[in-house]
Amino acid sequence: MTQPAITGHATSLPQPEGLRSIVSDFSSDQRAFKNVPWGKPMMWIFLVSDTFIFGSFLISYMTVRMSTTVPWPNPSQVFSLQMFGKDVPLLLIAIMTFVLISSSGTMALAVNYGYRRDRKTTFWLLIATAVLGATFVGMQAFEWTKLIHEGVRPWSNPWGAAQFGSSFFMITGFHGTHVSIGVIFLVIVAVKVWRGDLDHQRPGFLTGRRGNYEIVETMGLYWHFVDLVWVFIFAFFYLW
Amino acid sequence: MTQHDSHHTAPAVVHAQGQQHPLGIYFKIWGLLFVLSIASYMVDYFHFQGLLRWSLIITFMLLKAGLIVAVFMHMLWERLALLYAIVVPPLLLLVLLGIGALEGDYTFLTRGQFFTPAATPAPAVAKPQ
Repeated sequence: MTQPAITGHATSLPQPEGLRSIVSDFSSDQRAFKNVPWGKPMMWIFLVSDTFIFGSFLISYMTVRMSTTVPWPNPSQVFSLQMFGKDVPLLLIAIMTFVLISSSGTMALAVNYGYRRDRKTTFWLLIATAVLGATFVGMQAFEWTKLIHEGVRPWSNPWGAAQFGSSFFMITGFHGTHVSIGVIFLVIVAVKVWRGDLDHQRPGFLTGRRGNYEIVETMGLYWHFVDLVWVFIFAFFYLW
Repeated sequence: MTQHDSHHTAPAVVHAQGQQHPLGIYFKIWGLLFVLSIASYMVDYFHFQGLLRWSLIITFMLLKAGLIVAVFMHMLWERLALLYAIVVPPLLLLVLLGIGALEGDYTFLTRGQFFTPAATPAPAVAKPQ
């Protein structure tokens, strides 16, 4: 782990390493996370709470799936697509995973270019992330339509345990909502970057606070979290 | 704004706004995530079963999650206090997972005992008098 960022010019006392640094950070009447702009730990704490929510959903899905005496529908068959006359299992899900990982990549690049104050590149990378996110939601909506058309309801489905539908719609519904909200905020941040609001520290519309390029990184944290949740959903719901 | 210290092995370029890293690392991790996703997909495509399937699914999942948190979300370069404050609480969810597993098993066994289909000759369940 590298040394924490030193932003002041005054010489400071030598800082302890390792676990002692955690103790010293939380000790005494002082800000806990030195030299970390406040927006970052705030977003992280929100993401921890969101982790608990998705964790509750996934763990209840596990409990429900373990306890059903009726066999659980086979995800490979349920989520397969007919391509060129052959049944390709999980094809749409694989594409959705690649789309979301790509969006995480463009987001990480956007944060980097944001700190270089390269407004044009940052703007286009943010827009690319938003477009990929919207594509993901579109594919998820297609998935929902297909399954509803085939008879999946929250209370029953043609293939197996009745709890499959409610688990699927709840988990993917919450995730898709998070992605959609993320897309909206990505566009908002992209517009602020394009107009130069972050360079000139113009107060924002929503809260009236002045922005700087840290908000691109904060947005990035949220977006990577959305990808992170998908990694878990993909593993536990579709693959298992 | 670069501080040269006897503690630094390689001076990190530090700005007041945030630490920056060469772009290459993001592309490398991006590629690694693609490889891990393909590997996860292969687990299903080649119909691995049982313990091998589940352990591979979980391993690839944890690797992908770890890379996203550490590199894309920058945690690798954050203060240790922030890292622990964020990573430890979700680990406590493992307790809920254990409770859920116990509950699920119990419900499964109870359903098997009391809701056996009528077709099978049910062993006489002693009714409390």
